[in-house]
Amino acid sequence: MSEATAVTPATDPTLRSALVRVEHAVKHFPTGSALGRAVVHAVDDVNLAIEPGETLGLVGESGCGKSTLGRLIVQLYPVTSGHIFFKDQDLTKLHGEKLRRIRQQVQMIFQDPYASLNPRMTVGDIVSEPLGNFGIARGRKAEQKVQEVMRVVGLNPNFVNRYPHEFSGGQRQRIGIARALVLNPTFVVADEPVSALDVSIQAQIVNLMEDLQEQFNLTYLFIAHELAVVRHISDRVAVMYLGKIVEIGPSDAIRDRPLHPYTKVLQSSVPVPDPDLEAARKPILLKGEIPSPVNPPPACRFHTRCPIAQKICSEVEPPLEMKESGRFVACHFAGQL
Amino acid sequence: MDRGEVVGIVGESGSGKTMTALSLLRLVPEPGKVSGRILYGEQDVLQMADDEIREFRGNEVAMIFQDPMTSLNPVLRVGFQIEEAMDAHNRFTKQQARERVVPMLQRVRIPASKERAKDFPHQFSGGMRQRAMIAMGVSNEPSLLIADEPTTALDVTVQASIIELLRDLSRELRAAVILITHNMALVASLCNRVVVMYAGRIVEEGPTRAIFKNPQHPYTWSLLRSMPRVDERSHERLISIKGVPPDLAKPPSGCKFHPRCRFRIDRCFHEEPALEEVDPGQLARCWVLMKNVRDPEAS
Repeated sequence: MSEATAVTPATDPTLRSALVRVEHAVKHFPTGSALGRAVVHAVDDVNLAIEPGETLGLVGESGCGKSTLGRLIVQLYPVTSGHIFFKDQDLTKLHGEKLRRIRQQVQMIFQDPYASLNPRMTVGDIVSEPLGNFGIARGRKAEQKVQEVMRVVGLNPNFVNRYPHEFSGGQRQRIGIARALVLNPTFVVADEPVSALDVSIQAQIVNLMEDLQEQFNLTYLFIAHELAVVRHISDRVAVMYLGKIVEIGPSDAIRDRPLHPYTKVLQSSVPVPDPDLEAARKPILLKGEIPSPVNPPPACRFHTRCPIAQKICSEVEPPLEMKESGRFVACHFAGQL
Repeated sequence: MDRGEVVGIVGESGSGKTMTALSLLRLVPEPGKVSGRILYGEQDVLQMADDEIREFRGNEVAMIFQDPMTSLNPVLRVGFQIEEAMDAHNRFTKQQARERVVPMLQRVRIPASKERAKDFPHQFSGGMRQRAMIAMGVSNEPSLLIADEPTTALDVTVQASIIELLRDLSRELRAAVILITHNMALVASLCNRVVVMYAGRIVEEGPTRAIFKNPQHPYTWSLLRSMPRVDERSHERLISIKGVPPDLAKPPSGCKFHPRCRFRIDRCFHEEPALEEVDPGQLARCWVLMKNVRDPEAS
């Protein structure tokens, strides 16, 4: 394993500073089996840092632990072990009122704009609830703040008395964004914010998120399974496989030259809307299926499906090392596929 | 459609792409009604007697759905379900049907197919279930295969392998394939011809290359610019289509797309254009057409 002095993505020297720092984060979920105590290794020893004002994209396939990691960072789940720092405060050590205070600055946007809004509350109540919770504004002042933030996200402020079912999917996602923004957060975790939306609406939300970032100097963790969307919005991208980050680095560098074989496979799997390029594209097809996170393969977790795996890959776990400036890869044969 | 042709029907939710496919099979749910003509060879599907339509479905046309878990019976073995699909029609004897199960699973590249035929659906992964569905669909050697969002529920690496499989099968079986999807990139990858639907209408259709390189309908044009591409070079702002798709209970007057169209003219508000040829083999339903718009990106 890595020595205490080794550079990890949490101590990436190419970052100016870190708004969020995740150190050795682990999350295990017990599974309800009567025979023995099995655990799901959802997140296993993840290190990363997020620079103020940047968007870090987090991609991976279903079950890779990306949503769990997002929830650990905002402390919706307690960590099994490890540390989550926000502005150099260890959130895993904070409780009660102190943690609540921090939450004001850390907000979340959810995937499903249908399930994440209370159908019995009006839009005005949904968006103003956080203001009341944190004792920031009530009554007339809260109303003004709600109308202001609704305007900012492109909703008609006259709709405050309407209910979520009266809105389309894209508009609901705007309500979710308004609710996250009303507290003036510095950091927003967006968990698959456009996956449930129609294609023509996705662009509206992506553009809105970019505008808001500029306007309010927001820092984003953007979680999605779609590489194209993640890459479009993100300055840097982290790729997860079975609870581990296998590669992290600047979006452009990863696009031009993915170093981890899994990143390369993901990239080659995504079709592009151009028939000429499609005729030439050869997806690298993986053998087998994603192994169970209850019993992940030893050493490199990708070795059972990796097209270039060697003997060492099943024996020694490759550390997530800085191979180039700002680029971390966990692979014995980085860049060789 | 002709034999061996792969046609993509693209559109957003509610654009009518699935209903179009269900109409072909006369499976539109009540109280829906289908009028017009649906010709299969010389035969009108809408005029077929009950026993004719039963043979037509399954024997001539097979459909693959988005969610393979809800389309398979959880308490029956996968192999048995494939055999049952053949028994339900008269192309093969019971004996032949039984013998064809394992080769069908092999054909859709399920490893250890002899053993896996005895598994229940829950023992299969999402991708394998979709393969089993495809095996069931092609077991009667249909001449038309309709795949409705066959990869939407799957991860991208699995999606890639299912697309490869569909491509191979369309060649091996010389069957016509209809791919219904919201994903333009999938269409570029698999189809020779594209039909773009919006609010229950075909707004544009033509050879894949023409549709992608030279789209004439503003909706097609905008849709292609609204999605980020995985090979995106520079960070360009996405072109978003304002507003939302119309409520089909009260569709807009004139061109159905005019409320969201950035290139509309007065005529679009009250007169619906016809689907007319704009280039050999390419048709569009628009008064304006993109070739007449100067510098569309700027508007």
